[in-house]
Amino acid sequence: MAAWFKRSDDRSPARTVVVTEGLWIKCDSCREIIYRAEVERAGHVCPKCRYAFRISARDRITLLTDRGSFEEREAGLVTADPLNFKDTKRYRDRVRAAREKTGLGEAVVCGLARIGGLPVVLATFDFSFLGGSMGSVAGEKLTRAIELAIDKHLPVVIVSASGGARMQEGILSLMQMAKTAAALQRLAAQGLPYISVLTDPTTGGVTASFAMLGDVILAEPRALIGFAGPRVIAETIRQPLPEGFQRSEFLLEHGQLDAIVERADLRDTLCRLLVFFAAAEA
Amino acid sequence: MPDGLDFEQPLLELEAKLAELRADADGAADEIVRTEERLDRLRRRVFAGLTAWQRTQLARHPKRPHTADLVKLLFEDFLELHGDRVFGDDQAIVGGLARFEGRSVVVVGHQKGRETREKIARHFGMPHPEGYRKALRLMEMADRFGKPLVTFIDTPGAYPGIGAEERGQAAAIARNLRVMSSLRIPVIAMVTGEGGSGGALAIGVANRVLMLEYAVYSVITPEGCAAILWNDAGKAPEAAEIMRITPPDLLRLGVIDTIVAEPPGGAHRDWEATAASVRSALRLALDALAQLSPHTLVRERYEKFRRIGAWEEEAAPRPR
Ligand SMILES: [Zn+2]
Repeated sequence: MAAWFKRSDDRSPARTVVVTEGLWIKCDSCREIIYRAEVERAGHVCPKCRYAFRISARDRITLLTDRGSFEEREAGLVTADPLNFKDTKRYRDRVRAAREKTGLGEAVVCGLARIGGLPVVLATFDFSFLGGSMGSVAGEKLTRAIELAIDKHLPVVIVSASGGARMQEGILSLMQMAKTAAALQRLAAQGLPYISVLTDPTTGGVTASFAMLGDVILAEPRALIGFAGPRVIAETIRQPLPEGFQRSEFLLEHGQLDAIVERADLRDTLCRLLVFFAAAEA
Repeated sequence: MPDGLDFEQPLLELEAKLAELRADADGAADEIVRTEERLDRLRRRVFAGLTAWQRTQLARHPKRPHTADLVKLLFEDFLELHGDRVFGDDQAIVGGLARFEGRSVVVVGHQKGRETREKIARHFGMPHPEGYRKALRLMEMADRFGKPLVTFIDTPGAYPGIGAEERGQAAAIARNLRVMSSLRIPVIAMVTGEGGSGGALAIGVANRVLMLEYAVYSVITPEGCAAILWNDAGKAPEAAEIMRITPPDLLRLGVIDTIVAEPPGGAHRDWEATAASVRSALRLALDALAQLSPHTLVRERYEKFRRIGAWEEEAAPRPR
């Protein structure tokens, strides 16, 4: 868990975009040098391998929702430091830096939105906020979002991008897994659908809780998705990992996903699913 | 003393001396008494000042009673049930039907091995998805027949491997969390040794979470935490101190409900006394939960986990 917290100097298995100077960037998924403008035009997707680069929560919301429809909720919910945690830096300082860097209150942004005219509750992770790690605030925001959906009788869409549980809140982060899973059980009991969208990367305690509990589970191409991080697995079994291990395509092949959806088609696919579920309810 | 921990050595030496005195027919009674008192004082001092890392070592002590040992001491007529009915029988989790003081209960727990061959067969208590699915099948059966569920948590974490990922480790854990939240029966979980990460929680969503005095429960092992924080698993002792993994910390954080006392020197020194302590804690919890309706059991369990966490609410959303 908490694989996001890798030091920058080790060989992180997570995909990153290495920005070379100027017009060209290197796709770390296929390692091709690609034309930046072409990547941006395609919605931050590699034209060679279809890998969907990490995007911010705000960009994700723009990509998926009807223009101007997103109404943020629970934005005032902010991190405490229950363990008074300090490693090489104080946790409080890390959070403050993440808030300044991202302009976000926490790693999860949630609220009401419309997708193709249909109302939903949407929650999305921002990986650039401490690796999208789930601490108390992320767990509480997701739970309140699910409760809001129950209250308003709406479907839930959660877009994950997270290294897992946030280590600096220790056991409290772990417990958010139980809390969110239990909230989804209540949502299901109300006959309300939950669509889980997995993006690069989705690992650890996030995968092992709400992310794998969707009525429908979609993933973007070539996203890293798994429970244990690839480095931990490689160290445990002392063998090289197979090509494409823990990528979306690998999970699809092993029956863990409903579909892999290109970023450009994601909004339309969500729309079709929402229409289906809305019709089934009537 | 091959299995003695560093901080146990002075105690073990004094115990050896006491045994010698007792064995000596000419031994002076007053010296025996003095040594007994000295031993008692020393033990109290050592155990009152245990660090989180020393507690972790106790939780992993090779002679600590494991799930199967506790099951033998606590239950009558345990019948082990094997397999997930899908892929295999994961020996890192044991489960079955048992009687506890006249009550039928379903039991599920992590199982570490004791000898090398058994440790390997049980993957050091680290379950694969089929282990969690076996647990799930037994939980659902308990629910169907209205029998209380008792789980014993003792794992470093879920197994990190290729097969585990291929067969849906994350989904298996997630599903258990969700289903456990909806069980219409009394659910009691006891952390008996190491409670490591989602691999522990996958059998831990309970109405009452009990914890043995020298058990630990954490989001990741201290080694894993140290590897991430400092790129050095050798700094696990430092990590253990800052992670808040001991029963008093967990009680304060609202994660556990009860600390179950261990005999002097820890559970590995006296299995019978440990079992007696567990037995009374289990009886108390089962008696209390037996009063509650299925609906109340589900609601109470939901609310228990719903509350956990720490955050602040700013009066108004921040301008952006
Ligand atoms: Zn590429």
